[in-house]
Amino acid sequence: MAQKAIREYDAKSILARHWDVYFPNFNYPYQTILVQTGDELREAAKTTHPWLAEKPLVAKPDMLFGKRGKNGLVLFKVNKPGDVTLEDAAKWIDEKRAEKQKVYFSFDGDTPVGEPSEDYLTHFIVEPFTPHDQSEEYYISATVVGDEDVLYMSAEGGMEVEEGWDEKVTEVAFPITATEEEIEAKIRENIPADVKPEDKEAFAEFAIGFFKAYRELNFAYLEINPFVLQGNNVELLDMVAKLDDTAGFMMVDHWGDIEYPTAFGMEAKSPEVEAIEEADAKTGASLKLTLLKPEARIWTMVAGGGASVVYADTIADFAGIDDLANYGEYSGGPTTGETKFYAETILDLMTREKDPKGRDKILIIGGAIANFTDVAKTFTGIIQAFEEYADKMKEVGVKVYVRRGGPNYEKGLKDIKEAADRLEIPIEVYGPETHVTDIVRMALEEK
Amino acid sequence: MSRLFTKDTQAIFWNNNKTAIQRMLDYDYVIKREKPSVAGIVAPTSSNKFEKFFWGADEVMIPLYKSTEEAKAAQPQADVLLNFASFRTAYDVTMEALNIGGFKTIMITAEGIPERLARGMNAYAREKGVTVIGPATVGAISPGAFKIANIGGTIDNIINSKLHRAGSCGLVTRSGGLFNELSNIIAINADGIAEGVAIGGDRFVGSVFIDNLLRMEENPDVKYMVLLGEVGGTEEYKVIEAVKSGKIKKPIIAWCIGTIAKYYDSGVQFGHAGASANDDRETAEAKNKAMKEAGIHVPASFNDLPEVINGVYKELHAEGIIKDIPEPTINTIPAYRRPKQFICTISDDRGEEATYAGFPISSVALPSTGKGIGDVISLLWFKKQYPKWATEFIETVIKTVADHGPAVSGAHNAKVTARAGKSVVESLVTGLLTIGPRFGGAIDGAAKYFKYADDNDLSPKEFLSYMKKEGVPIPGIGHRIKSLKNPDLRVKGLMDFAAENFPATPLLDYARTVEALTTSKKENLILNVDGTIGILMVDMWRALGYSEEEIDEFIESGTLNAFFIVGRSIGFIGHVLDEKRLAMPMYRHPMDDILYDVKKAEPIG
Repeated sequence: MAQKAIREYDAKSILARHWDVYFPNFNYPYQTILVQTGDELREAAKTTHPWLAEKPLVAKPDMLFGKRGKNGLVLFKVNKPGDVTLEDAAKWIDEKRAEKQKVYFSFDGDTPVGEPSEDYLTHFIVEPFTPHDQSEEYYISATVVGDEDVLYMSAEGGMEVEEGWDEKVTEVAFPITATEEEIEAKIRENIPADVKPEDKEAFAEFAIGFFKAYRELNFAYLEINPFVLQGNNVELLDMVAKLDDTAGFMMVDHWGDIEYPTAFGMEAKSPEVEAIEEADAKTGASLKLTLLKPEARIWTMVAGGGASVVYADTIADFAGIDDLANYGEYSGGPTTGETKFYAETILDLMTREKDPKGRDKILIIGGAIANFTDVAKTFTGIIQAFEEYADKMKEVGVKVYVRRGGPNYEKGLKDIKEAADRLEIPIEVYGPETHVTDIVRMALEEK
Repeated sequence: MSRLFTKDTQAIFWNNNKTAIQRMLDYDYVIKREKPSVAGIVAPTSSNKFEKFFWGADEVMIPLYKSTEEAKAAQPQADVLLNFASFRTAYDVTMEALNIGGFKTIMITAEGIPERLARGMNAYAREKGVTVIGPATVGAISPGAFKIANIGGTIDNIINSKLHRAGSCGLVTRSGGLFNELSNIIAINADGIAEGVAIGGDRFVGSVFIDNLLRMEENPDVKYMVLLGEVGGTEEYKVIEAVKSGKIKKPIIAWCIGTIAKYYDSGVQFGHAGASANDDRETAEAKNKAMKEAGIHVPASFNDLPEVINGVYKELHAEGIIKDIPEPTINTIPAYRRPKQFICTISDDRGEEATYAGFPISSVALPSTGKGIGDVISLLWFKKQYPKWATEFIETVIKTVADHGPAVSGAHNAKVTARAGKSVVESLVTGLLTIGPRFGGAIDGAAKYFKYADDNDLSPKEFLSYMKKEGVPIPGIGHRIKSLKNPDLRVKGLMDFAAENFPATPLLDYARTVEALTTSKKENLILNVDGTIGILMVDMWRALGYSEEEIDEFIESGTLNAFFIVGRSIGFIGHVLDEKRLAMPMYRHPMDDILYDVKKAEPIG
């Protein structure tokens, strides 16, 4: 999808790479490193990042989640703030990555709310400890709201800003057509009143550069909370960023080598999902698969982004979501081979286990009336997958419901019916005369 | 602009997407449009000038252009741009078209244009008053008038879904696949659609629901609207506002898909890039509820949508707001058709009498018509009726180049071949085969280089030094024996004719200044007959109103040489017949006329 989260380390690296363009009058040391183990950190101190051995350090996980302070996952002191050595940091990293950690995503004051996510910590960002006064911490972020870009600024940074957002944060919205002059003027007019008088000019200049970087570097979301202003010296203490990955093709040089990691606590993608994603990236067509509940009995293989949603809606309406195993779609005229691969992946997943209650599994091969996808061609791929998996399908007990229209649909429907009959797979086949989601009703009403 | 398209709407199609264009033309043919809905195709990397498409069983040629600018200049009436460029270039193509101007609607099919670019492009179009459909869409349709690319699918489906003639529903969806599905539902449960738009699946699209619904509110063909929204975004609320404020009075039936999203956290992306709820207001359920409260007809589920459409339709029909629609007769596309291997645009032998560019042969051949061979050439070579002075000039040229004695290489070859006992045609082509850059080719070369110099405002001196750099003697300059003092009367004759009959002779005037310079260096460096012909041909075409590009094309394709070929064939045939008459024996070249200089070949390696 278009907006993708990146690591704090990468966000800082992108800004650092273009620092002189956007912040020519500010100094930012860009002393930061991303490591996975303590040894990696020790090694870097000897070679590429000598400051690690010279300065007191701060270490924290860099895995797309916030509230690290409240979760006790920021190492900034052993006995007192600013006394963390290289060895302390290295040991802490190894300790934290050794076992699964519990992370709460929301807090009421300091009390965690809801259930924690449990997962391994794998990536850590380490930086020098910056001694500073709370009053030097500021907040700034930007994102798209509706059709406009909105810049948020506050004289209070850190964890405090989110409590009492409305009073503390100044919002300024800009249409996409805003000129640099308009942006500059409007930001200057709206610097939060409680920014210290001596910092006002620097704050404005920094905010202007920040917003420009956000726009020109195709960030979808960019937040520094807090940044510390000490005269012309800036420290970016904590950053969150999302990129508009559709701009990737023109940002190759600007972004550098960027990774889009899976968020902490999100189940790692199954190999099947990854394989579909890989296939999707290679084709002009679209292949999408999300596993919702792989042990459930209703599987869908629906053509079209809109139709796939309608089928999911209808299944939820009729049967709730407990029986829904997956969500996905194929569209944009995939080849026979691509459709075969997609169908095999789903058939493989759905025939691994029998339904615990002994019911038949249901495969919905649905779709609206295609505009240009050749139905017979894509169905040929599905039929080839049937041939591979016929035995397994019979063993588990799969009943297939088909509904489709579009170019060559008569042939496609006839072929799939014949193939299923020949392979002795129970199947019902419908064309455009049947309402698009009616097969869901038929499938679920049966017994 | 209450109607998006009419039966006269024509589009420029960016990218030669043959299947989609053929679908449009098939649709045009079925609904009996007079003109193809695609006026031109922009194909930047193609070197072809047109692409053939079926028009029923027949074929039509749609011109290809290198750029949008060129296409728009040639087809100013085409006010729709169908932008089928990839996500990498779709933005540039749209922005260029907006700057060129003259487009009312731009449709963009690419999915995944960078968001910031899409937003900028959409805002710029809005400022220019241009309706953008897309990005990431299959398009829009005004049944019975104009259909974009693949929307509606196959012709069979189009007719089944009654997309071949206007019904009374205005349909707006995000999804392209469901657009088709809804057209079908509306055809089954009501009388089809009057206008339909799939606005596109990306997060930032040009025209949104409200833009299209407000236009449909103004469109007298639309009696009620069907809106299919999606989870994510707040566009549906603008529609609710318009209904509440009375800006939209026609009945709306609406449904937002994606009600399932509430069961899952935001990690699961359902459907399109634009479909993701950021807060409660953006969920499908909230929107369905809000729409219902505003008096919009909202079914209980997607499965019940057909019933609601049927209900509203019946009500409007009972009230007399919707009348019965007479089913129009349509053309059918032949099941089997074959592209034609050859194209002919100059003559036709299918009628009562064969024609030259539309003129029966007798109407140009008989003496009473007053037409000469120059007229025939103007019809068959240029598909135009040239004025008298031009056809006379062509005839003068042909007569002038008909022969130049037996010694020139072409005539010599023809004679040698004839003496070897070969036929007239064999002997003739041997002669013709010598025509090229050295024999006869000076006509082409003179036209090309003098025109180049004149087009680029080179002074005679600059022209001379340019040719020196090119390492080519100036074609059309120089004669073996003739000079200014001893002029070539053929040249003089042509120049006099031109002076008397041509409206103007700018290139000849320029060539004379060049000649003045060359003859000041050497007496015999005069403008010769080849040069004069080439140059005057250019002047003739200029006076006839051809563009410089068209004239360049004539030169490139060898048209000038063709005059020489036709003329000199007369002479060659004369020489061949002469040989036959004289019954001359086989020719063998005297050995004492050959310098033998043969050395023994050395071994290599």
